[in-house]
Formats: sequence, C-alpha cells, structure tokens
Amino acid sequence: MSRKIPDQEYEKTRSFRLKQWLDGTKDPFIGNVEMKPQKEFAEDEQTVFTRKKEKEQRRERVYDLAHNWEVIGFEKGYRLFSGLFCLFLVVMLLIAVSYLPSYGHAENPVNNEVSKRYIEDGLQETGAVNIVTGMILDYRAFDTLGESHVLFIATCTVLILLRKDRKKDENGNDISVSDRIYEPKNDVILQMAARVLVPLIIIFGIYVVLCGHLGPGGGFSGGAIIGAGLILYLNAFGFQKTERFFTGKTYKILSVSALSCYCLAKSYSFYTGANHIESVIPLGTPGAILSSGLILILNICVGVVVAGTMYTFYVMFRKGDY
Amino acid sequence: MQIFVNILLGFLILCAIAASLSKNLLNTILIFMSYSLVMSIIWILLESPDLAITEAAVGAGVTSVLFFVTLKKIQAMVKTEKKEGEEGNEQENPGSGI
Repeated sequence: MSRKIPDQEYEKTRSFRLKQWLDGTKDPFIGNVEMKPQKEFAEDEQTVFTRKKEKEQRRERVYDLAHNWEVIGFEKGYRLFSGLFCLFLVVMLLIAVSYLPSYGHAENPVNNEVSKRYIEDGLQETGAVNIVTGMILDYRAFDTLGESHVLFIATCTVLILLRKDRKKDENGNDISVSDRIYEPKNDVILQMAARVLVPLIIIFGIYVVLCGHLGPGGGFSGGAIIGAGLILYLNAFGFQKTERFFTGKTYKILSVSALSCYCLAKSYSFYTGANHIESVIPLGTPGAILSSGLILILNICVGVVVAGTMYTFYVMFRKGDY
Repeated sequence: MQIFVNILLGFLILCAIAASLSKNLLNTILIFMSYSLVMSIIWILLESPDLAITEAAVGAGVTSVLFFVTLKKIQAMVKTEKKEGEEGNEQENPGSGI
C-alpha cells in the first residue's frame, strides 16, 4: 500500500523533478549557471552610414547597364537563346507532325480491327445507341473510372492548397462569411437572368447525363453543365442560399458514394465477364431510356462527381472554405 | 464548307497568338474563351458533338470562370490608370479590385 508523503519530502524526490522537467515549469539553468544581462545592440551612426553607402555603390556598379558588360551580355544572350529555343521547339514539333499519317487516309493505323468491332458489334454488345458512350463506359470503363478518380484527387489537392481556417474577429463573428461584402450586392440583371437560365441549364445538364447512351453527351459533359449552372446560381444569389443544399459534407458524401457505386458496378461486370457468367442485368431495347445495362448508372455516377468537382473548385477559389 | 472551316482554323491560330501577346490579362482570358467556343464549333463540324458539348461547358465556361476568380484574387483586374492612385486602398480591403 502506498502512503502519502508530505509535500516538502515529495519535492526532493526524482519523480517530482522529472515531472517538473517534463512540464517545463522550472528552468534547470536558473541558479546553477552564472548569467549576465544582455547588452542592447547598438551601432554608431558612422558605421551605419558607411555600410549603406557601400551597399548603394555596389548596387550601382551591378546595375550600371551602360558599362557592366556582364549584365549586357547576359541580357543579349538570354534573348538570343530564348529565340533559338523557341525556334528549336517549333522545328521539332513540325518534324514530329510531318511523320504523322495523313488525315483521313484509308490505310491509317487508326482504321484497325478494334474500331471495326466497335462500330459493327457495339450496339449488340453494349446496347448503347451512341457508340462513343458504349466505348468509354463499357469497353473502356476502366479508363473512365481512373478519370473520375483523377478529378476527385484534383479536388482533394485544391482543398489542401486553398483551404483556409475559419477566422474570427473580436466579436466572434466569422470573417470568411463576409466575402460577399466586396461584390455588387443583389445585382438585379444577374439575378433575373439567373432565375430564368439556371433551371434551364440544370435541366439540360440532367438531360445530357440521362440520355448519354442515346445521343451525344454523357456523364462528363452533363456534369460540367450542371456544375456551370450551380456556379451561376451561386454568383447571383450568394453563398448563404447555396449552402442550404450544398456544403462540403454533401460533396464528400455524394462523390464518395458515386465513386464506390461506379467501382461496384464495374467490378460486377468484370467478374461476370472474366468468369464467363451471363450478366443478370438485361441490355433492353436499344433506344429506350432504361437500356444498355449499367451504362445509365455509370453515367449518373460520373455526372455527380464532375458536377460536384466543378462547383467545389469554384467555391475553393472564391472562399477557400465551405 | 471547306472555306468556313479554313476561316475558323485561321481564327484559332490568330487567337492563340493574340492570347500570348496580349498585355492585359483580362483580354487574354476573353481571347481564350473565344478560342474554346470556335474550337467547339470545329468539333461539331468534325462530327463529334460529344466533344463539342464538353468543350463548350468546360473550356469556355468553367475554366474561364476559374481564371476570372484567380485574377480577382491576385488583384490583377484593376485598370492600369487607377492602379497608382488606389494602391493604398487596395491593400486595406483586399478583394475590392474589380
């Protein structure tokens, strides 16, 4: 059983000294080392004057463009070499381009059996009327998954670089919210235009995402259109209104769930494809909105990620926090 | 049709040179925007509407908006005449330069 020792006795023990040293309450040098108060650093005026004069003279000597041959030579050489370097790059690129196969020639390496397969069997194999979407979201869906991840990583990098801590002024109010002070407040023309345009833009974006397998468009372009519509809405009505439905938390949930949904859908089709199992998901009739298997879901996933990314980029550039 | 494509391609080259030679950064961004728009028309003429939509939305829309915001943040959108007189005010309340 431990017994309680009096304070004076406790202060002599090693454990007390160790605790003091860890806490930093006692300076071990005070009382043990001889100390002198430090003298204030002072320079007399003459030395200051001469030092400044010498510095100025040195600077004049360096920047005397009429007589300093080194600087003149460097400037001329720099211009000459930059011109030569530009010329070298242009010539190299033109030589490289001249080795490319001629435009639209029938025997180009582009016209191989892969594109033939895509064009002839694409409709039966993927069920997508739009061959491009069938290519990027079915034959080459792995590339598109990587693209979406690149976008997500880009947003993470922007978050790391541009994110600011919430600053508070003396009264405890957020300074970061007052970003809108510096803008033309409640611009009538912009608000009226946004009221008409934003719903149209966002509906068009949703249309482009949903009909990616039927006509031109797809996840990336539709997502970019939706993101642009959100940016217009934000510019017209300010951060307070957009933060009601779209905050950093919403973005995180949306993008992570969309990316994992994409991963799951694609893993399923890779698994069935590699093991020669017939996929449960029907391809449907080409041309209908609910057709072409997983492509519709993948398009929606990519669209959500891209729209959130565009909007987050803008908010991070504007405010650095949300 | 071939003449129209040639005119557009010439405009692209002109835009590229003008964007790099322009002294005003705001003008550079506007030229860059018009470059993207013409590029999206060329994509349509090359029969790839997918790319045209993406080019118009990303190249002419989102990217240039991001450029504008960056210019505003680094306070490069101030007019050159005002710059000398207002330099003191600029530093007091950052973000006011339009």
